[in-house]
Amino acid sequence: MVEIVVLVKRVPDTNARIVVDSGKVDLSMVKWVMSPYDEFAIEAALRHREATGGKVTALTLGSADCDKILKDAKAIGVDELVRVWDDSWAEMDSNSLQSVLSSVILGLGAQVVYCGKAAADTGAGSTCPGVAERLGWASISNITDISFENGIKVTCPFDGGSAKVAIPLPAVISCDKGAFKVRKPNVKGIMMAKRAQVEVRSETAPASTVSVVNQSAPPQKADGKKYNSADSAGEVARLLRDEANVI
Amino acid sequence: MSETIVIAEINNGVVADVTAELVSAVIAFGGSPTIIVPCVNSSIADGAGFTGAGRVIACKGPMFASYDAAGWANALDAVTPAGSIFVAASPRSKDLAARIAARRNIPVVQDVVAIDGSNLTSPVYSGKAMQTVNASADVVVSVRANIFAAAVSVPADVSVIDQSGDVLTAVEELLARSSERLDVAEANIIISGGRGMSSPENFSHLERIADVLGAAVGASRAAVDTWDDIPHGMQVGQTGKTVNPNLYIAVGISGAIQHLAGMRSSKYIVAINKDADAPIFQYADYGIVATWEETLPILEKSLAAMM
Repeated sequence: MVEIVVLVKRVPDTNARIVVDSGKVDLSMVKWVMSPYDEFAIEAALRHREATGGKVTALTLGSADCDKILKDAKAIGVDELVRVWDDSWAEMDSNSLQSVLSSVILGLGAQVVYCGKAAADTGAGSTCPGVAERLGWASISNITDISFENGIKVTCPFDGGSAKVAIPLPAVISCDKGAFKVRKPNVKGIMMAKRAQVEVRSETAPASTVSVVNQSAPPQKADGKKYNSADSAGEVARLLRDEANVI
Repeated sequence: MSETIVIAEINNGVVADVTAELVSAVIAFGGSPTIIVPCVNSSIADGAGFTGAGRVIACKGPMFASYDAAGWANALDAVTPAGSIFVAASPRSKDLAARIAARRNIPVVQDVVAIDGSNLTSPVYSGKAMQTVNASADVVVSVRANIFAAAVSVPADVSVIDQSGDVLTAVEELLARSSERLDVAEANIIISGGRGMSSPENFSHLERIADVLGAAVGASRAAVDTWDDIPHGMQVGQTGKTVNPNLYIAVGISGAIQHLAGMRSSKYIVAINKDADAPIFQYADYGIVATWEETLPILEKSLAAMM
């Protein structure tokens, strides 16, 4: 039986307006959701289970606020829910975070880990390759499709185009939208999610050596030139060459 | 402070221009980097000497002919001294950065756009905010292109180290590209269409201008979600690709937060939209309030006459 782990993260809704106040992002008013790419990772994990049999465990790192997204994962078909957390944790750099995730993944006996190509908050995309390196596993990032005949084959970006790549287990695989269609929960799934238990684990985390100094609103551009007729396209073309020097 | 290292960006078998920008990024960090060039043929490292940088090490091995994240990280880690490591923020090098950082139990900071000593600034929430972090110990950093000035090329003093390494993944089949057109993630100029284009067939008008400019054609999420003929690979925005070109031309795109998040850091933005109140105009260096049907033929003709 294949032990499949899918990593999920709670992030502000991607349509949320992000407000910065006194050098810090104020998230008190935002709606929180599962990071959108993680939904594609769940879809890949469920397809894996359907093709080979096995068990899918959704894993997140965070406080009890994150139980909601784990239950959302349960509602669309994940088997087990695990959350790792210690109340002493606040800001964690990638080293601290990946160290914790890798320990839990090993403890779960996983043979394959799926995750989103990047979390919608940091957008870094470090977790897939970073966790794989710690575990000594193969990894492949930003896949757009997957098949399970004669081993695992993924479609991913390659040299400006794309390629079908064979990847051996154990492996960490990060998912882009591509051909993945996210399932909707059915009534049975929603009922099961309500009753589902979240297993909470603890781990030791190494100290972080990267810490946030401040957050700010993105730099505002100076007001541009605005024209009210199509004929000005010729003038804009000239300015792109003579003023902006971009063509 | 400890040593600094630049791992050269390799594109189509040669050292890419962004490598010279990485040298300037390290100088802003307070270092003078050793340059490491992953290569199959060490002669490409001759192009990796820069004012302000130190020695050049060509890390030569057959695994660099293709890309396997683990294979590259193994081989490069072995020849890279302890210190802070800088790479380009391309999808491939971001993977490599995360792998090498994990191997050394040090943190990685991705997509950096400003450096002031050990303070590193990156966009977060898809560019809706900027975050500055301080690295108090060695760190691996990926740096966005088109931000730092290129360091000046000088003749390189190259030493060659042979590496062997296992690769874990195997490319089975290269898939045909959906078009011969540039990918938006690689392009210096992008022209994108939104739902205001009315139909996917009308994207041919954008393609004609793209041909004149050597540009890539992109699309908004609304266009991708509405029309099956517009593939997700073209989508610019928070759930598509984040782009940072010299010129971004938005046609029939209103400028949803989702879309702005993926393109607002473009150097110059042109917006063409018939709705004068469209939010995209707040970000445009040059805005034209008119229909695309009227505007694009004039733009195409004017550009063609200049190229």
